[in-house]
Amino acid sequence: MTCENCCIELIGIEKSFGDQKVLRGVNLPIRRGFTTVIVGESGQGKSVLLKHILGLIAPDAGQVIVEGQDVTRLRGPELKKLRTRFGVLFQGAALFDSLTVFDNIALPLRERTRMPAAEVREKVRATLELLDLSGSEDKYPAQLSGGMKKRVGLARALQLNPEILLFDEPTTGLDPVRSHEVYQMFHETQQKLGYTSIIVSHDIPKIFNLADYIALLHEGVIQICATPEELQRCEKPLVRAFVERVMGKMYSSEIEDLELAAGL
Amino acid sequence: MIEWLENLGAKGLSILKEIGRAGVFLFWSVVGIFRPPFKIMPIIKQIHVIGATSFTVIFFTGAFVGMVLGLQGHYTLRMFGAEGALGSAVALSLVRELGPVLTGLMVTGRVGSSICAEVGIMRISEQIDALECMAIDPYRYLISPKVVASILSLPLLTAIFNIVGLMGGFLVGVRLLGGSEGAYLSTMKSSVMAADIRMCFIKSICFAILIVWICADRGYWVHKSRNGFGAEGVSRATTHAVVISSVAILVADYVITSLLL
Repeated sequence: MTCENCCIELIGIEKSFGDQKVLRGVNLPIRRGFTTVIVGESGQGKSVLLKHILGLIAPDAGQVIVEGQDVTRLRGPELKKLRTRFGVLFQGAALFDSLTVFDNIALPLRERTRMPAAEVREKVRATLELLDLSGSEDKYPAQLSGGMKKRVGLARALQLNPEILLFDEPTTGLDPVRSHEVYQMFHETQQKLGYTSIIVSHDIPKIFNLADYIALLHEGVIQICATPEELQRCEKPLVRAFVERVMGKMYSSEIEDLELAAGL
Repeated sequence: MIEWLENLGAKGLSILKEIGRAGVFLFWSVVGIFRPPFKIMPIIKQIHVIGATSFTVIFFTGAFVGMVLGLQGHYTLRMFGAEGALGSAVALSLVRELGPVLTGLMVTGRVGSSICAEVGIMRISEQIDALECMAIDPYRYLISPKVVASILSLPLLTAIFNIVGLMGGFLVGVRLLGGSEGAYLSTMKSSVMAADIRMCFIKSICFAILIVWICADRGYWVHKSRNGFGAEGVSRATTHAVVISSVAILVADYVITSLLL
Protein backbone atom coordinates (compact mmCIF):
# COMPACT_ATOMS: atom_id res chain seq x y z
CA MET A 1 0.00 0.00 0.00
CA THR A 2 1.42 3.32 -1.03
CA CYS A 3 -0.71 5.52 1.18
CA GLU A 4 -0.43 5.39 4.94
CA ASN A 5 -3.55 5.83 7.01
CA CYS A 6 -5.72 5.00 4.01
CA CYS A 7 -8.51 2.50 4.40
CA ILE A 8 -9.35 2.52 0.72
CA GLU A 9 -7.16 3.14 -2.28
CA LEU A 10 -8.22 3.13 -5.91
CA ILE A 11 -5.37 2.53 -8.33
CA GLY A 12 -5.72 3.05 -12.06
CA ILE A 13 -9.40 2.10 -12.32
CA GLU A 14 -10.67 1.90 -15.87
CA LYS A 15 -14.20 1.04 -16.87
CA SER A 16 -16.16 1.15 -20.10
CA PHE A 17 -19.84 0.56 -20.74
CA GLY A 18 -20.14 -0.50 -24.36
CA ASP A 19 -18.23 2.06 -26.40
CA GLN A 20 -18.31 4.68 -23.69
CA LYS A 21 -15.22 4.87 -21.53
CA VAL A 22 -16.41 6.22 -18.20
CA LEU A 23 -13.37 5.85 -15.97
CA ARG A 24 -9.91 6.32 -17.50
CA GLY A 25 -7.48 5.49 -14.75
CA VAL A 26 -8.87 6.75 -11.46
CA ASN A 27 -6.40 7.06 -8.57
CA LEU A 28 -7.91 8.00 -5.24
CA PRO A 29 -6.82 7.50 -1.65
CA ILE A 30 -9.49 7.58 1.06
CA ARG A 31 -8.14 8.46 4.50
CA ARG A 32 -9.35 6.69 7.58
CA GLY A 33 -11.72 8.59 9.84
CA PHE A 34 -12.17 11.48 7.42
CA THR A 35 -14.87 12.53 5.03
CA THR A 36 -13.97 12.47 1.37
CA VAL A 37 -16.40 14.05 -1.03
CA ILE A 38 -16.34 13.07 -4.68
CA VAL A 39 -17.66 15.87 -6.86
CA GLY A 40 -18.09 16.17 -10.60
CA GLU A 41 -20.72 16.71 -13.23
CA SER A 42 -23.53 14.25 -13.87
CA GLY A 43 -22.60 11.23 -15.89
CA GLN A 44 -18.91 11.39 -14.96
CA GLY A 45 -19.10 8.01 -13.26
CA LYS A 46 -19.21 9.00 -9.60
CA SER A 47 -21.77 6.37 -8.63
CA VAL A 48 -19.90 3.85 -10.76
CA LEU A 49 -16.82 4.60 -8.68
CA LEU A 50 -18.73 3.82 -5.47
CA LYS A 51 -19.92 0.53 -6.92
CA HIS A 52 -16.31 -0.37 -7.64
CA ILE A 53 -15.40 0.18 -4.02
CA LEU A 54 -18.19 -2.18 -2.97
CA GLY A 55 -17.18 -4.80 -5.51
CA LEU A 56 -20.58 -4.54 -7.21
CA ILE A 57 -18.86 -3.72 -10.51
CA ALA A 58 -15.55 -5.18 -11.64
CA PRO A 59 -13.15 -2.72 -13.28
CA ASP A 60 -11.69 -3.38 -16.74
CA ALA A 61 -8.28 -2.55 -15.31
CA GLY A 62 -6.87 -1.37 -11.99
CA GLN A 63 -7.15 -2.27 -8.35
CA VAL A 64 -9.46 -1.37 -5.49
CA ILE A 65 -7.59 -1.86 -2.23
CA VAL A 66 -9.77 -1.90 0.87
CA GLU A 67 -7.91 -2.46 4.14
CA GLY A 68 -5.04 -4.10 2.28
CA GLN A 69 -7.24 -6.44 0.23
CA ASP A 70 -7.85 -6.13 -3.48
CA VAL A 71 -11.63 -6.13 -3.86
CA THR A 72 -11.41 -7.06 -7.54
CA ARG A 73 -9.80 -10.38 -6.60
CA LEU A 74 -12.14 -11.27 -3.76
CA ARG A 75 -14.91 -13.79 -4.25
CA GLY A 76 -17.92 -15.06 -2.30
CA PRO A 77 -17.37 -15.27 1.45
CA GLU A 78 -14.32 -12.97 1.54
CA LEU A 79 -16.16 -10.27 -0.35
CA LYS A 80 -19.14 -10.73 1.94
CA LYS A 81 -16.90 -10.36 4.98
CA LEU A 82 -15.38 -7.19 3.59
CA ARG A 83 -18.80 -5.74 2.83
CA THR A 84 -19.84 -6.06 6.46
CA ARG A 85 -17.50 -3.11 7.09
CA PHE A 86 -19.52 -0.91 4.77
CA GLY A 87 -22.74 0.95 5.20
CA VAL A 88 -24.30 2.34 2.05
CA LEU A 89 -26.91 4.98 1.44
CA PHE A 90 -28.00 4.67 -2.17
CA GLN A 91 -29.03 7.48 -4.46
CA GLY A 92 -32.68 6.43 -4.42
CA ALA A 93 -32.28 5.08 -0.85
CA ALA A 94 -32.93 1.55 -2.29
CA LEU A 95 -35.42 0.71 0.45
CA PHE A 96 -37.23 -2.59 0.17
CA ASP A 97 -40.56 -1.34 -1.07
CA SER A 98 -42.58 -4.32 0.07
CA LEU A 99 -41.34 -4.00 3.66
CA THR A 100 -42.40 -1.40 6.22
CA VAL A 101 -39.97 1.21 7.52
CA PHE A 102 -39.51 -0.85 10.67
CA ASP A 103 -38.78 -4.06 8.76
CA ASN A 104 -36.42 -2.23 6.43
CA ILE A 105 -34.31 -1.00 9.30
CA ALA A 106 -34.54 -4.29 11.17
CA LEU A 107 -33.53 -6.35 8.15
CA PRO A 108 -29.74 -6.22 8.57
CA LEU A 109 -30.09 -7.08 12.26
CA ARG A 110 -32.45 -9.97 11.57
CA GLU A 111 -30.41 -11.39 8.72
CA ARG A 112 -26.88 -10.70 9.85
CA THR A 113 -27.01 -11.11 13.62
CA ARG A 114 -28.58 -13.48 16.11
CA MET A 115 -30.06 -10.64 18.10
CA PRO A 116 -33.32 -11.60 19.87
CA ALA A 117 -36.49 -10.03 18.47
CA ALA A 118 -37.07 -7.81 21.52
CA GLU A 119 -33.57 -6.37 21.26
CA VAL A 120 -33.99 -5.75 17.53
CA ARG A 121 -37.21 -3.88 18.26
CA GLU A 122 -35.47 -1.82 20.91
CA LYS A 123 -32.51 -0.92 18.71
CA VAL A 124 -34.69 -0.01 15.74
CA ARG A 125 -36.92 2.15 17.92
CA ALA A 126 -33.85 3.96 19.26
CA THR A 127 -32.57 4.64 15.73
CA LEU A 128 -35.99 5.80 14.61
CA GLU A 129 -36.04 8.24 17.46
CA LEU A 130 -32.49 9.43 16.75
CA LEU A 131 -33.38 10.22 13.17
CA ASP A 132 -36.73 11.74 13.99
CA LEU A 133 -38.72 8.99 12.32
CA SER A 134 -40.87 7.87 15.24
CA GLY A 135 -44.44 7.21 14.21
CA SER A 136 -43.65 6.16 10.68
CA GLU A 137 -42.47 2.62 11.42
CA ASP A 138 -45.58 1.04 9.90
CA LYS A 139 -45.47 3.05 6.71
CA TYR A 140 -44.20 1.70 3.42
CA PRO A 141 -41.39 3.45 1.51
CA ALA A 142 -43.85 4.59 -1.17
CA GLN A 143 -45.71 6.58 1.51
CA LEU A 144 -42.61 8.52 2.58
CA SER A 145 -41.21 11.82 1.35
CA GLY A 146 -37.76 12.00 -0.25
CA GLY A 147 -36.10 13.25 2.92
CA MET A 148 -37.67 10.58 5.07
CA LYS A 149 -36.55 7.89 2.65
CA LYS A 150 -32.97 9.13 2.96
CA ARG A 151 -33.22 9.06 6.72
CA VAL A 152 -34.62 5.53 6.70
CA GLY A 153 -31.78 4.57 4.33
CA LEU A 154 -29.23 6.06 6.72
CA ALA A 155 -30.89 4.35 9.69
CA ARG A 156 -30.60 1.03 7.87
CA ALA A 157 -26.98 1.68 6.90
CA LEU A 158 -26.07 2.44 10.53
CA GLN A 159 -27.57 -0.70 12.05
CA LEU A 160 -24.48 -2.87 11.81
CA ASN A 161 -22.07 -0.18 13.04
CA PRO A 162 -20.09 0.13 9.80
CA GLU A 163 -16.53 1.45 9.66
CA ILE A 164 -16.96 3.01 6.25
CA LEU A 165 -20.09 4.75 5.07
CA LEU A 166 -20.77 5.46 1.42
CA PHE A 167 -23.34 8.08 0.52
CA ASP A 168 -24.54 8.39 -3.03
CA GLU A 169 -26.01 11.87 -3.45
CA PRO A 170 -27.54 12.09 0.00
CA THR A 171 -29.34 15.38 -0.52
CA THR A 172 -30.57 15.19 -4.10
CA GLY A 173 -34.20 16.23 -4.27
CA LEU A 174 -34.31 17.69 -0.78
CA ASP A 175 -35.18 21.26 0.10
CA PRO A 176 -32.42 23.39 1.71
CA VAL A 177 -33.75 22.92 5.24
CA ARG A 178 -33.93 19.17 4.86
CA SER A 179 -30.52 18.89 3.24
CA HIS A 180 -29.07 20.97 6.04
CA GLU A 181 -30.62 18.52 8.48
CA VAL A 182 -29.14 15.59 6.60
CA TYR A 183 -25.67 17.18 6.83
CA GLN A 184 -26.18 17.88 10.48
CA MET A 185 -27.15 14.26 10.98
CA PHE A 186 -24.03 13.06 9.12
CA HIS A 187 -21.85 15.30 11.16
CA GLU A 188 -23.34 14.22 14.46
CA THR A 189 -23.33 10.51 13.72
CA GLN A 190 -19.78 10.69 12.41
CA GLN A 191 -18.61 12.52 15.52
CA LYS A 192 -20.25 9.87 17.62
CA LEU A 193 -19.32 6.77 15.66
CA GLY A 194 -16.06 7.87 14.04
CA TYR A 195 -16.59 6.18 10.70
CA THR A 196 -14.85 7.00 7.45
CA SER A 197 -17.27 8.44 4.96
CA ILE A 198 -17.28 8.84 1.23
CA ILE A 199 -19.92 11.13 -0.17
CA VAL A 200 -20.80 11.56 -3.81
CA SER A 201 -22.55 14.86 -4.13
CA HIS A 202 -23.82 17.58 -6.38
CA ASP A 203 -24.55 19.87 -3.53
CA ILE A 204 -21.51 22.10 -3.83
CA PRO A 205 -20.46 24.32 -2.15
CA LYS A 206 -22.56 23.34 0.88
CA ILE A 207 -20.91 19.97 1.03
CA PHE A 208 -17.53 21.75 1.45
CA ASN A 209 -18.35 22.41 5.09
CA LEU A 210 -18.62 18.72 5.71
CA ALA A 211 -15.64 17.59 3.63
CA ASP A 212 -12.14 16.93 4.88
CA TYR A 213 -11.06 16.09 1.35
CA ILE A 214 -12.59 16.86 -1.98
CA ALA A 215 -11.92 14.78 -5.06
CA LEU A 216 -12.87 16.21 -8.43
CA LEU A 217 -13.79 13.60 -11.02
CA HIS A 218 -13.68 14.94 -14.55
CA GLU A 219 -13.29 13.16 -17.87
CA GLY A 220 -12.77 9.84 -16.20
CA VAL A 221 -9.87 10.81 -13.92
CA ILE A 222 -9.53 12.38 -10.49
CA GLN A 223 -8.18 15.84 -11.30
CA ILE A 224 -7.39 16.68 -7.72
CA CYS A 225 -7.95 15.27 -4.26
CA ALA A 226 -7.25 17.91 -1.63
CA THR A 227 -8.68 19.77 1.34
CA PRO A 228 -11.24 22.48 0.49
CA GLU A 229 -8.61 25.19 1.15
CA GLU A 230 -6.03 23.57 -1.11
CA LEU A 231 -8.66 23.13 -3.76
CA GLN A 232 -9.42 26.83 -3.75
CA ARG A 233 -5.73 27.71 -4.05
CA CYS A 234 -5.01 25.23 -6.82
CA GLU A 235 -3.63 26.76 -10.03
CA LYS A 236 -4.60 23.98 -12.43
CA PRO A 237 -6.87 25.61 -15.07
CA LEU A 238 -9.48 22.88 -14.96
CA VAL A 239 -9.69 22.98 -11.18
CA ARG A 240 -9.73 26.79 -11.22
CA ALA A 241 -12.62 26.76 -13.67
CA PHE A 242 -14.48 24.35 -11.42
CA VAL A 243 -13.82 26.39 -8.27
CA GLU A 244 -14.93 29.56 -9.97
CA ARG A 245 -18.12 27.97 -11.12
CA VAL A 246 -18.73 26.70 -7.63
CA MET A 247 -18.02 30.07 -6.07
CA GLY A 248 -20.70 31.52 -8.27
CA LYS A 249 -23.03 28.94 -6.90
CA MET A 250 -21.87 29.68 -3.38
CA TYR A 251 -22.96 33.28 -3.88
CA SER A 252 -26.45 32.34 -5.02
CA SER A 253 -26.67 29.76 -2.32
CA GLU A 254 -25.94 32.36 0.36
CA ILE A 255 -28.75 34.48 -0.99
CA GLU A 256 -30.96 31.44 -0.85
CA ASP A 257 -30.02 30.87 2.78
CA LEU A 258 -30.66 34.50 3.65
CA GLU A 259 -34.05 34.33 2.02
CA LEU A 260 -34.77 31.22 3.96
CA ALA A 261 -33.69 32.82 7.23
CA ALA A 262 -35.94 35.78 6.52
CA GLY A 263 -38.80 33.38 5.94
CA LEU A 264 -39.29 34.34 2.31
CA MET B 1 -19.31 -11.99 -44.77
CA ILE B 2 -16.75 -11.69 -41.98
CA GLU B 3 -19.01 -9.25 -40.20
CA TRP B 4 -21.87 -11.71 -40.47
CA LEU B 5 -19.71 -14.44 -38.98
CA GLU B 6 -18.57 -12.12 -36.22
CA ASN B 7 -22.16 -11.28 -35.36
CA LEU B 8 -23.08 -14.94 -35.34
CA GLY B 9 -20.12 -15.71 -33.09
CA ALA B 10 -20.96 -12.85 -30.74
CA LYS B 11 -24.57 -13.98 -30.55
CA GLY B 12 -23.49 -17.55 -29.86
CA LEU B 13 -21.10 -16.43 -27.14
CA SER B 14 -23.70 -14.24 -25.47
CA ILE B 15 -26.18 -17.13 -25.44
CA LEU B 16 -23.54 -19.41 -23.92
CA LYS B 17 -22.77 -16.75 -21.34
CA GLU B 18 -26.45 -16.45 -20.43
CA ILE B 19 -26.80 -20.20 -20.05
CA GLY B 20 -23.68 -20.33 -17.90
CA ARG B 21 -24.96 -17.49 -15.76
CA ALA B 22 -28.31 -19.21 -15.38
CA GLY B 23 -26.52 -22.40 -14.30
CA VAL B 24 -24.59 -20.52 -11.64
CA PHE B 25 -27.84 -18.82 -10.61
CA LEU B 26 -29.55 -22.18 -10.03
CA PHE B 27 -26.54 -23.50 -8.16
CA TRP B 28 -26.47 -20.62 -5.67
CA SER B 29 -30.25 -20.63 -5.29
CA VAL B 30 -30.14 -24.30 -4.30
CA VAL B 31 -27.09 -23.80 -2.08
CA GLY B 32 -28.99 -20.93 -0.44
CA ILE B 33 -31.63 -23.40 0.79
CA PHE B 34 -29.04 -25.02 3.05
CA ARG B 35 -27.43 -21.85 4.33
CA PRO B 36 -28.17 -20.49 7.78
CA PRO B 37 -30.00 -18.60 9.17
CA PHE B 38 -32.91 -20.93 8.37
CA LYS B 39 -36.22 -19.13 8.36
CA ILE B 40 -39.57 -20.78 7.93
CA MET B 41 -41.73 -17.66 7.55
CA PRO B 42 -40.43 -16.60 4.10
CA ILE B 43 -41.10 -20.13 2.81
CA ILE B 44 -44.63 -20.13 4.22
CA LYS B 45 -45.24 -16.73 2.64
CA GLN B 46 -44.05 -18.00 -0.72
CA ILE B 47 -46.17 -21.14 -0.42
CA HIS B 48 -49.10 -18.82 0.06
CA VAL B 49 -48.13 -16.78 -3.01
CA ILE B 50 -47.22 -19.68 -5.29
CA GLY B 51 -49.49 -22.41 -3.98
CA ALA B 52 -52.52 -21.16 -2.11
CA THR B 53 -53.38 -18.26 -4.38
CA SER B 54 -53.09 -20.50 -7.46
CA PHE B 55 -55.76 -22.85 -6.12
CA THR B 56 -58.75 -21.21 -7.82
CA VAL B 57 -57.18 -21.06 -11.25
CA ILE B 58 -55.94 -24.66 -10.97
CA PHE B 59 -59.37 -25.81 -9.76
CA PHE B 60 -61.22 -24.30 -12.71
CA THR B 61 -58.63 -25.32 -15.28
CA GLY B 62 -58.63 -28.87 -13.92
CA ALA B 63 -62.43 -29.04 -13.85
CA PHE B 64 -62.91 -27.86 -17.41
CA VAL B 65 -60.05 -29.89 -18.84
CA GLY B 66 -61.53 -32.99 -17.20
CA MET B 67 -65.00 -32.11 -18.47
CA VAL B 68 -63.84 -31.57 -22.03
CA LEU B 69 -61.86 -34.81 -21.89
CA GLY B 70 -65.03 -36.55 -20.72
CA LEU B 71 -66.98 -35.00 -23.57
CA GLN B 72 -64.46 -35.66 -26.33
CA GLY B 73 -63.57 -39.11 -24.96
CA HIS B 74 -67.20 -40.16 -24.74
CA TYR B 75 -68.00 -39.36 -28.37
CA THR B 76 -64.70 -40.66 -29.75
CA LEU B 77 -64.77 -43.90 -27.79
CA ARG B 78 -68.42 -44.45 -28.69
CA MET B 79 -67.40 -44.68 -32.35
CA PHE B 80 -65.48 -47.82 -31.44
CA GLY B 81 -68.01 -49.00 -28.92
CA ALA B 82 -65.52 -48.53 -26.12
CA GLU B 83 -67.29 -45.98 -23.88
CA GLY B 84 -66.33 -48.15 -20.95
CA ALA B 85 -62.70 -47.14 -21.33
CA LEU B 86 -63.50 -43.48 -20.69
CA GLY B 87 -62.23 -43.62 -17.11
CA SER B 88 -58.95 -45.03 -18.27
CA ALA B 89 -58.56 -42.46 -21.07
CA VAL B 90 -59.32 -39.49 -18.83
CA ALA B 91 -57.18 -40.72 -15.94
CA LEU B 92 -54.12 -41.57 -18.01
CA SER B 93 -54.11 -38.39 -20.01
CA LEU B 94 -54.56 -36.34 -16.87
CA VAL B 95 -52.08 -38.10 -14.63
CA ARG B 96 -49.35 -38.63 -17.19
CA GLU B 97 -49.49 -35.45 -19.21
CA LEU B 98 -52.18 -32.85 -18.79
CA GLY B 99 -52.07 -32.60 -15.01
CA PRO B 100 -48.41 -31.70 -14.56
CA VAL B 101 -48.04 -29.79 -17.84
CA LEU B 102 -51.13 -27.63 -17.55
CA THR B 103 -50.50 -26.97 -13.86
CA GLY B 104 -46.96 -25.93 -14.77
CA LEU B 105 -48.18 -23.64 -17.53
CA MET B 106 -50.88 -22.06 -15.38
CA VAL B 107 -48.44 -21.47 -12.53
CA THR B 108 -45.93 -19.99 -14.96
CA GLY B 109 -48.52 -17.53 -16.19
CA ARG B 110 -49.80 -16.68 -12.76
CA VAL B 111 -46.73 -16.85 -10.54
CA GLY B 112 -43.70 -16.97 -12.86
CA SER B 113 -44.52 -13.57 -14.28
CA SER B 114 -44.91 -12.08 -10.82
CA ILE B 115 -41.65 -13.63 -9.59
CA CYS B 116 -39.80 -12.17 -12.59
CA ALA B 117 -41.37 -8.75 -12.17
CA GLU B 118 -40.73 -8.68 -8.42
CA VAL B 119 -37.06 -9.67 -8.71
CA GLY B 120 -36.57 -7.42 -11.75
CA ILE B 121 -37.97 -4.37 -9.97
CA MET B 122 -35.77 -5.11 -6.97
CA ARG B 123 -32.81 -5.21 -9.33
CA ILE B 124 -33.48 -1.96 -11.18
CA SER B 125 -34.28 -0.07 -7.99
CA GLU B 126 -30.93 -1.17 -6.50
CA GLN B 127 -32.61 -3.23 -3.78
CA ILE B 128 -30.54 -6.29 -4.70
CA ASP B 129 -27.37 -4.17 -4.61
CA ALA B 130 -28.47 -2.98 -1.19
CA LEU B 131 -28.81 -6.59 -0.03
CA GLU B 132 -25.33 -7.38 -1.29
CA CYS B 133 -23.94 -4.33 0.43
CA MET B 134 -25.45 -5.48 3.69
CA ALA B 135 -23.71 -8.80 3.06
CA ILE B 136 -27.08 -10.53 2.86
CA ASP B 137 -26.94 -13.26 0.24
CA PRO B 138 -29.67 -12.25 -2.26
CA TYR B 139 -30.02 -15.84 -3.46
CA ARG B 140 -30.67 -17.15 0.02
CA TYR B 141 -32.90 -14.26 0.98
CA LEU B 142 -34.90 -13.84 -2.22
CA ILE B 143 -34.72 -16.91 -4.44
CA SER B 144 -34.24 -19.97 -2.23
CA PRO B 145 -37.57 -19.63 -0.36
CA LYS B 146 -39.29 -19.43 -3.74
CA VAL B 147 -37.55 -22.60 -4.92
CA VAL B 148 -38.57 -24.53 -1.80
CA ALA B 149 -42.12 -23.20 -1.88
CA SER B 150 -42.49 -24.04 -5.54
CA ILE B 151 -41.16 -27.59 -5.08
CA LEU B 152 -43.67 -28.10 -2.27
CA SER B 153 -46.60 -26.40 -3.96
CA LEU B 154 -46.52 -27.64 -7.52
CA PRO B 155 -46.94 -31.39 -6.83
CA LEU B 156 -49.89 -30.56 -4.56
CA LEU B 157 -51.45 -28.28 -7.15
CA THR B 158 -50.94 -31.02 -9.75
CA ALA B 159 -52.66 -33.52 -7.47
CA ILE B 160 -55.59 -31.15 -7.06
CA PHE B 161 -55.71 -30.61 -10.81
CA ASN B 162 -55.84 -34.38 -11.39
CA ILE B 163 -58.53 -35.04 -8.83
CA VAL B 164 -60.73 -32.19 -9.98
CA GLY B 165 -60.14 -33.23 -13.60
CA LEU B 166 -61.17 -36.80 -12.89
CA MET B 167 -64.33 -35.57 -11.19
CA GLY B 168 -65.03 -33.28 -14.16
CA GLY B 169 -64.64 -36.20 -16.55
CA PHE B 170 -66.93 -38.26 -14.35
CA LEU B 171 -69.52 -35.50 -14.22
CA VAL B 172 -69.72 -35.15 -17.99
CA GLY B 173 -68.96 -38.71 -19.14
CA VAL B 174 -71.15 -40.47 -16.56
CA ARG B 175 -73.68 -38.09 -15.08
CA LEU B 176 -74.36 -35.91 -18.12
CA LEU B 177 -73.89 -38.30 -21.03
CA GLY B 178 -75.01 -41.42 -19.25
CA GLY B 179 -71.88 -43.56 -19.37
CA SER B 180 -71.43 -46.42 -16.94
CA GLU B 181 -70.34 -45.34 -13.48
CA GLY B 182 -68.81 -48.66 -12.58
CA ALA B 183 -66.84 -48.89 -15.83
CA TYR B 184 -65.49 -45.33 -15.42
CA LEU B 185 -64.26 -45.98 -11.91
CA SER B 186 -62.91 -49.47 -12.43
CA THR B 187 -61.01 -48.70 -15.67
CA MET B 188 -59.64 -45.61 -13.99
CA LYS B 189 -58.37 -47.67 -11.07
CA SER B 190 -56.98 -50.50 -13.10
CA SER B 191 -55.14 -48.45 -15.72
CA VAL B 192 -53.29 -45.94 -13.55
CA MET B 193 -50.15 -47.54 -12.16
CA ALA B 194 -47.84 -46.36 -9.41
CA ALA B 195 -45.29 -45.56 -12.13
CA ASP B 196 -47.73 -43.08 -13.69
CA ILE B 197 -48.23 -41.27 -10.41
CA ARG B 198 -44.47 -41.24 -9.89
CA MET B 199 -43.92 -39.77 -13.33
CA CYS B 200 -46.54 -37.15 -12.60
CA PHE B 201 -44.76 -36.02 -9.45
CA ILE B 202 -41.28 -36.14 -11.00
CA LYS B 203 -42.58 -33.90 -13.76
CA SER B 204 -44.22 -31.46 -11.43
CA ILE B 205 -41.09 -31.15 -9.28
CA CYS B 206 -38.96 -30.54 -12.38
CA PHE B 207 -41.42 -27.93 -13.63
CA ALA B 208 -41.45 -26.28 -10.21
CA ILE B 209 -37.69 -25.83 -10.38
CA LEU B 210 -37.80 -24.71 -14.01
CA ILE B 211 -40.43 -22.03 -13.37
CA VAL B 212 -38.64 -20.37 -10.46
CA TRP B 213 -35.23 -20.82 -12.05
CA ILE B 214 -36.07 -19.24 -15.40
CA CYS B 215 -38.40 -16.53 -14.15
CA ALA B 216 -36.24 -15.41 -11.22
CA ASP B 217 -33.11 -15.57 -13.38
CA ARG B 218 -34.60 -13.30 -16.03
CA GLY B 219 -35.58 -10.80 -13.36
CA TYR B 220 -32.31 -11.05 -11.46
CA TRP B 221 -30.18 -10.35 -14.53
CA VAL B 222 -32.57 -7.87 -16.15
CA HIS B 223 -29.88 -5.16 -16.10
CA LYS B 224 -27.52 -7.37 -18.10
CA SER B 225 -29.98 -7.99 -20.92
CA ARG B 226 -30.10 -5.75 -23.96
CA ASN B 227 -32.14 -2.61 -23.26
CA GLY B 228 -32.80 -4.01 -19.83
CA PHE B 229 -33.46 -0.67 -18.21
CA GLY B 230 -36.39 0.62 -16.24
CA ALA B 231 -39.97 -0.52 -16.35
CA GLU B 232 -39.77 -1.45 -20.01
CA GLY B 233 -36.76 -3.68 -19.38
CA VAL B 234 -38.64 -5.48 -16.62
CA SER B 235 -41.76 -5.87 -18.72
CA ARG B 236 -39.71 -7.33 -21.57
CA ALA B 237 -37.90 -9.67 -19.18
CA THR B 238 -41.25 -10.82 -17.76
CA THR B 239 -42.60 -11.63 -21.20
CA HIS B 240 -39.41 -13.52 -22.06
CA ALA B 241 -39.48 -15.36 -18.77
CA VAL B 242 -43.04 -16.62 -19.30
CA VAL B 243 -42.38 -17.60 -22.91
CA ILE B 244 -39.09 -19.35 -22.15
CA SER B 245 -40.38 -21.23 -19.12
CA SER B 246 -43.55 -22.30 -20.93
CA VAL B 247 -41.50 -23.72 -23.79
CA ALA B 248 -39.03 -25.23 -21.32
CA ILE B 249 -41.91 -27.02 -19.55
CA LEU B 250 -43.09 -28.57 -22.81
CA VAL B 251 -39.56 -29.60 -23.81
CA ALA B 252 -38.83 -31.00 -20.36
CA ASP B 253 -42.15 -32.86 -20.48
CA TYR B 254 -41.09 -34.61 -23.66
CA VAL B 255 -37.64 -35.44 -22.30
CA ILE B 256 -38.93 -36.79 -18.98
CA THR B 257 -41.67 -38.80 -20.68
CA SER B 258 -39.20 -40.36 -23.11
CA LEU B 259 -36.83 -41.22 -20.28
CA LEU B 260 -39.42 -42.69 -17.94
CA LEU B 261 -41.77 -44.50 -20.30
